[in-house]
Amino acid sequence: MKKLLLATALIAVSGAALAESHSQTVRLGTEGAYPPFNFINDAGEIAGFERDVGDELCARAELTCEWVTNEWDSIIPNLQSGNYDVIIAGMSITDEREEVLDFSQNYFPPAASAYVALTADADLKGVVSAQISTIQAGYVAESGATVLEFATPDETVAAVRNGEAVAVFADKDFLAPIVAESNGELMFVGEPVQLGGGVGLGLRESDAELKEKLNAAIQSMKDDGSLNALIEKHFGPETAKF
Amino acid sequence: MFAACADPKAIEGLTWAACYLTSGKHLDFYWSFLVVLALLAITAPTALAMGFAGATAARSRFLPLSLLGKGYAAIVRGVPDIVFFLFFVIALDQGIEWLKSLAVCDDYAWPWQGLEFRVCQEAKVPLSASSAFWHQAYGFSLAVFTFALVFGAFAANVLYGAMGAVPKAQLETAESYGMSHSQVFRRILVPQMWVYALPGLSNLWMILIKATPLLFLLGVKDIVYWARELGGSKTQAYEYPHPDWRLWYFLGLLVFYLCFTKVSEVVLARLSARLSRGQATAGGEAQRKAAA
Repeated sequence: MKKLLLATALIAVSGAALAESHSQTVRLGTEGAYPPFNFINDAGEIAGFERDVGDELCARAELTCEWVTNEWDSIIPNLQSGNYDVIIAGMSITDEREEVLDFSQNYFPPAASAYVALTADADLKGVVSAQISTIQAGYVAESGATVLEFATPDETVAAVRNGEAVAVFADKDFLAPIVAESNGELMFVGEPVQLGGGVGLGLRESDAELKEKLNAAIQSMKDDGSLNALIEKHFGPETAKF
Repeated sequence: MFAACADPKAIEGLTWAACYLTSGKHLDFYWSFLVVLALLAITAPTALAMGFAGATAARSRFLPLSLLGKGYAAIVRGVPDIVFFLFFVIALDQGIEWLKSLAVCDDYAWPWQGLEFRVCQEAKVPLSASSAFWHQAYGFSLAVFTFALVFGAFAANVLYGAMGAVPKAQLETAESYGMSHSQVFRRILVPQMWVYALPGLSNLWMILIKATPLLFLLGVKDIVYWARELGGSKTQAYEYPHPDWRLWYFLGLLVFYLCFTKVSEVVLARLSARLSRGQATAGGEAQRKAAA
């Protein structure tokens, strides 16, 4: 009996100790296919602007963080199912998303979205490609054009190159390096459109405490200018900053 | 990987190609081939075992067991695969965590709150702090179970049909020798049914080989995921920028799948010949005549 009690006590103690050390591990979910926000680099690791921001936020909030990749399409259901705790995937703050999850304050300012096509006279009311479940896809659908949705950002651009779509509509900051490196094949068409309230971290509505911590960390990065430095490092000097 | 690859943008030609093809991401790609092969190697016998259990249950003279076996095959075969791979897995994962929460959480609360599923940290499977390896192993196990469940239902139907195809005279002869039901089943029915089941089972195997891209829906990064990821055009943000090379990667996959299915066909043809030996079928008869 004594042995049994001792064993139970040991398990209880080690369990509590385990719980203590585990309680602060936060899993960050990203897409890993949206350079320069987030992508899998050639070493097979998650890299990009959000990798740097996420690691810095975790350091400031004194959290142990683990990175996870998840397909964009199911990124919100998997957050709600508890497979990770934070979405950090270039997700714009919108009213529709606010209904199902909570956003931190933005860590990337409200940015322009733009059309890219092969020719300057492309018909933006024709077939326009966009990534599925993005604000850009919603915007294209409302603009009267036919929206052609793809699972990954890369495929939306490939669709323009091979003629499936006349133009692609996406974040200007995602498209800018692609256009710059296309040797004149691709070009921006029409006027940029301002969409969304910037990019924020997505959290479960019940995780108020974590949201508080991360908000404070984002604020401190904004205050000391380190966030702006990271934006400039990944997006170049011309991008909008805080 | 190699010292020469330290600055990929400064090298070109063969060195560049060698560095590119040995980048960490490519090693992940090569590794994923083993993951797919491992999945097949584990799933196929598991599915066969589930199918065997299902078919045996369906033949049972005990009504509830028979209904269970028939119900399993009917329900799983009727539900679209995509539902299994999208919703069933999330439900299974949540079910496991819910059961664990009953055992380990101090203050239990109903975990399904609106859109969210919440259990205490200790009930997470695997724990949030577990290494990435355990998360991948867990995802892989869920994948194996789901594949085995789905393909097991089809296999159950194939085996059920095959058991019915064994000539009744064979079973009656065995009984007249005084064998019990289970002896007839073990010694006569099962050894003879494989030759009837093989065409159906080999179909399932071929479909299973090609169904592995569904792995990505389960969070396991398989060869098709990596081919798409590596083939997509890469900007200067990457160390090895290149245009859209998906065609080449998918051609590589095509060759892999064709070789794999070809090898499978050869093996299955041999297996079929081996199983026909001494059987009261046209195939067995042909073998007897050839030998004589």
